[in-house]
Amino acid sequence: MIRIANGQGFWGDSLEAPLEQLRRGPLDYLTLDYLAEVTMSILQKQRSRDPRAGYARDFVEMIGRGAVDIASSGIKIVANAGGVNPEACRDAVAKALNRPGTRIGVVAGDNILDRLEDLIAHGVELKSMDTGEPLASILPRVQSANVYFGGEAIAHALAQGAQIVITGRTTDTGLVLGPMIYEFGWKADEWNKLAAGTIAGHTVECGAQCTGGNCQVDWRNLPDMAGIGYPIVEADPDGTFVITKHPGTGGRVTVASIKEQLLYEMGDPREYITPDCIADFTSIQLEQVGPDRVRFSGILGKPATDMYKVSISYSAGFKAIGTLMYSWPDAYAKAQAADAILRERLHRLGLHFDAIRTEFGGVNACHGTLAGEPSPEIAEVVLRVGVRSADRAPVERFTKEIAPLALNGPPTVTGLGSGRPKVEEIVAYWPALIPKTEASPEISVEET
Amino acid sequence: MARVKLVRIAHARSGDKGDTANVGLIALKPEFYPLLVQKVTADRVKEHFAGICLGAVQRFELPNLGALNFLLHESLDGGGTLSLKADAQGKTYSAALLRMEIDIPDDFLK
Repeated sequence: MIRIANGQGFWGDSLEAPLEQLRRGPLDYLTLDYLAEVTMSILQKQRSRDPRAGYARDFVEMIGRGAVDIASSGIKIVANAGGVNPEACRDAVAKALNRPGTRIGVVAGDNILDRLEDLIAHGVELKSMDTGEPLASILPRVQSANVYFGGEAIAHALAQGAQIVITGRTTDTGLVLGPMIYEFGWKADEWNKLAAGTIAGHTVECGAQCTGGNCQVDWRNLPDMAGIGYPIVEADPDGTFVITKHPGTGGRVTVASIKEQLLYEMGDPREYITPDCIADFTSIQLEQVGPDRVRFSGILGKPATDMYKVSISYSAGFKAIGTLMYSWPDAYAKAQAADAILRERLHRLGLHFDAIRTEFGGVNACHGTLAGEPSPEIAEVVLRVGVRSADRAPVERFTKEIAPLALNGPPTVTGLGSGRPKVEEIVAYWPALIPKTEASPEISVEET
Repeated sequence: MARVKLVRIAHARSGDKGDTANVGLIALKPEFYPLLVQKVTADRVKEHFAGICLGAVQRFELPNLGALNFLLHESLDGGGTLSLKADAQGKTYSAALLRMEIDIPDDFLK
């Protein structure tokens, strides 16, 4: 049995969680997920300004703070913190760790930004999986393009003796599956086992979202949520595993908390497609085998497809969102009146937007008309207006029309503390597929 | 027959993939699952999310988990960073589905 922990569900997750995972008990692996779909474009921008940037700096800081524990325990660490510059991330990690002789592996080769024109020229259209449009239609606006590699590449890096593996855009599930492939010697066609490792990865990839975080069942009574424990997979070579957490930590691992996470961001549950296999979520058997211990068994998988998914981001215009808060009496009516005044002013200014959207926080922002009509005595309502345009200018002008409403609109309004809203560049996501023959992971392991 | 909100018999979690939201609906007890299968159809969910879900609704069954998974297409104002919604990732659609009322036998919750 090996113990694989998750200490990070996304870039921006708890800075303390990975250190707590390291210090509270024995582990074989610590995995950390830093990359969301839009993260790559942010990192690509950072790298274009500074050739040594473009990776998750939080990871380097974590390695520095945990260096003594990492060295003394011999724990292996797998993180997709490399972003668009895994080599620079490795150098920074080596420095932060400051332990000469440590073997650090890098999985690169996922960044195909510079190859897009060539690929299109020889017939790889990289059509949007959402719309079917070929990438050529937005090529000049593309900001990043990364292939999702799976757990196999990570297993290769581990087999070359890496104690720390830093990847670019690998799948979240691969971070957990990779160590299992390596430790258990799973073959590339043992689909049920690969599916089990993939499902273990899916369960823990969002950190504490499987240990009581964001859990609807009995949420008031979950113990010590301030010190919530992050998940640990106790994996066996036959593909069964237990999800648990360190003793003495908060939250709760139950069949209910696990089921919620299993369904998170789920498509067709019979066809969960990764580069490593296709996992069947309808085969999972769950059993509560002790406090904070849920056992998985029975998992089935099918052969992987011959395609990798590609995560492409592109510039898609500008947006801004302004908010104002109106108090009782007639809070909702005031917010509605202010919205009408604002829209009329935008109209008189001759501004055009691709979209303008109004929501009323406290009334309908989350659930729309399902929420019903608010009480006439409602204490306060947040007016939230957003605009979107291919051009920056009208969005910029919009940001200057919010604050005046504090003095020249309906009464009892506040909430302007942070000044004018910011114009944000929209970086949209373009998922596509690429034949596996067109991209392969580049694995290197070096001693510091 | 008694009319109850789904929140009495189920829990849920939702998330996003582009402009599609997914809502996983899970029976609080195994005996509630057949009721969910029978009553919470894709059509019913589409009707429930009128004004929010502008596309089709797909339903998948996971009897092993006592759960249904719904895909609500065109529900996030374009999704991701394009979206102007406060809930651009549909994180609260789980609770929105739990507002749905269904008819159940009178003695079912006893």
